[in-house]
Amino acid sequence: MSKKQPITLNINNRDHKIEVEPRKTLVDAIRDDCGQTGTHIGCEHGICGACTVLVDGEPVRSCLMFAVQADGKTIRTVEGLANGDELHPMQKAFMDHHGLQCGFCTPGFLMLAVGVLEREPDISDEDLLDVLSSNLCRCTGYQNIIKAVRAAAAEMRGPR
Amino acid sequence: MKPAPFVRHAPKTLDEALKILAEVAPQDGRILAGGQSLVPVMAFRMARPAHLVDINEVAGLDKLAVEDGKLIVGARVRHATFHRPAAPGPLGALLAVVVRNIAHYPIRTRGTMCGSLANADPASEWCLTAATLGAQMVAKSASGERVIAADDFFEGIMSTALAEDELLAEVRLPLLPDGTKFGFNEFSRRAGDFAMSVALAVYEIKDGRIASPRLGVGGAEPHPRRIPEAEAALDGQAPGDMAFRAAAEAAAAAIDPLEDAQTDASYRRDLVRAVVRRALEASL
Repeated sequence: MSKKQPITLNINNRDHKIEVEPRKTLVDAIRDDCGQTGTHIGCEHGICGACTVLVDGEPVRSCLMFAVQADGKTIRTVEGLANGDELHPMQKAFMDHHGLQCGFCTPGFLMLAVGVLEREPDISDEDLLDVLSSNLCRCTGYQNIIKAVRAAAAEMRGPR
Repeated sequence: MKPAPFVRHAPKTLDEALKILAEVAPQDGRILAGGQSLVPVMAFRMARPAHLVDINEVAGLDKLAVEDGKLIVGARVRHATFHRPAAPGPLGALLAVVVRNIAHYPIRTRGTMCGSLANADPASEWCLTAATLGAQMVAKSASGERVIAADDFFEGIMSTALAEDELLAEVRLPLLPDGTKFGFNEFSRRAGDFAMSVALAVYEIKDGRIASPRLGVGGAEPHPRRIPEAEAALDGQAPGDMAFRAAAEAAAAAIDPLEDAQTDASYRRDLVRAVVRRALEASL
């Protein structure tokens, strides 16, 4: 009926060969089958954004994609942001600007912001606010997240 | 909160997809495109399709081209494609304004325009756009192809003229003449949430007066449609506060408002009055 299929998920440049039912969502496969638990599951219906990851460079809700649909695609999760011990500028900015409190939503916000800024480094401030409205945070009141992302955007763009 | 089991089919060609759809449609087989509406209702177990025909790998359905004065949008073209003008002239600019009201950025990277039209949510921005501009829907099945006008396509809440074995393979949107004015306004409780009322106004200016007005309203009735009474209030008038107020009043009076626990008929009429006027003001 719904038998398991072999697929390969390439997460942060590492291949994970797994077998999943077609109904398994990408986020469940990333966490349960590949052991990458940095990506969080919130609402499981596309509202909260906690599970945001990058698939072929684009931010997506990994609860609204089936794992079999990501077979052979390039996936990036929060575990892939830091370079060894050196945090990604976005991670540093979230620390510096107190862009998190409990941290549950943070992996989703980090991947959302990094994904958008890599694709659109010169995104307008208005559009950036629209992007950040995608995800829910119950602690910070958002202002420090906005500050952090603006600061990281400036750093990611580099000196001009 | 996990989808029920289903069999996934992942055809690579349109012919193959239509053949599989013809086979599985009678067994509650559905098309899976972006999945941004279908997967949530599967997670809630409100939908339990036995088969999904995943069209994300079907060659050719990513078509985005201008032909014979129309923008052709294939079934795999994502909302995010329209963040930047995807068509020449005012149409590309109009789509770029409308798309920013569709859910959120990570939804727009997956969801598709054709999927949104086939889903036919009353509050859908693309359904409003298709109805207002007079889009043509190209439905394909194993037994052939037919073109359905927007006026005949939307039938009710999440209900269209598509047969169960038909795929909405592409939508054709007419290009707009240079100088066409447009305005869009949506009211929802939160950024990215479903529209409680939404309006799109499109018109030309001839000798300083409104010509060929198109005024569509969505989120207020079972499906979006043009409001002839509001268009009549605009036609031949100078664009400005007086004509816009008259059109807003006409639209509010003309609709047969959807009601729900939070929104009674008079509130919905108020919202329609407001979004129509704001859409028209945005056109200046």
